[in-house]
Amino acid sequence: MPTSEEKWTWQCDRKIPSNAAVGRRLLDEVLRRLEDLHWNRHDIFGVHLAVDEALVNAIAHGNGSDASKHVQFSCRISPRKIRVEITDEGSGFDPDALPDPTTPDRLECPSGRGVMLMRAFMSRVEFQERGNHVVLEKSRSS
Amino acid sequence: MTTAYRHLDLSHVGDVTVVRFRDNKIIEDINIQELGQELFRLVEADGRERLLLDFSSVDFLSSAALGKLITLDKKMKAHGGTLKLSNIRPEIYEVFAITKLNRLFDIRKDEAEALAAF
Repeated sequence: MPTSEEKWTWQCDRKIPSNAAVGRRLLDEVLRRLEDLHWNRHDIFGVHLAVDEALVNAIAHGNGSDASKHVQFSCRISPRKIRVEITDEGSGFDPDALPDPTTPDRLECPSGRGVMLMRAFMSRVEFQERGNHVVLEKSRSS
Repeated sequence: MTTAYRHLDLSHVGDVTVVRFRDNKIIEDINIQELGQELFRLVEADGRERLLLDFSSVDFLSSAALGKLITLDKKMKAHGGTLKLSNIRPEIYEVFAITKLNRLFDIRKDEAEALAAF
């Protein structure tokens, strides 16, 4: 495991309801930590975008915005890296089966870009279990 | 007639309607739904044929917001209108580039360049 030696200096583990506003408050707390550590604007934007998309996927698609279901949110921050893990109670999905949203026939589809953006802005994105658990990592660029 | 818009500020340069966003983060689902309705109203109810969306106040948008812009573009084309975007900060332009939506939208550097291109 290449990340096992990481010295995490901040961490949180929360179980939150399937409520986007609650998820965003938690994400704002994480982003403030990165700002305090003087991560650059581009890196913070990337974490913001990717984690927001992952939270929306978990809450809206995974849990179907069902208030009785929860999302497990874990975050670790070290001086050079952030790792976020999000788990929902849904039936999961196959990320490799997602169509490419950039092909000419799909370019005008209004949805289906979230996973692509997560992968573009993070250093590592892995879907585990049955697709209902995502690990997002980003290494600090400066 | 001026109809209240919660999420947009409108101005006019010639026959172009310049649209600025009041929210600097286009992210909350309810706001995105309302924003979409307000944008669509510009085309479908007000019949505006030339729209310039000025993103100078926008720091962040989610992929759900992109979906509204794509639907707006379709509606504009269906009504024979023209849509242009300007003043997009580099991180957000990167989102358009990664998703290749920079090929779908006519994105200009600033308002002056966009207005000259109508």
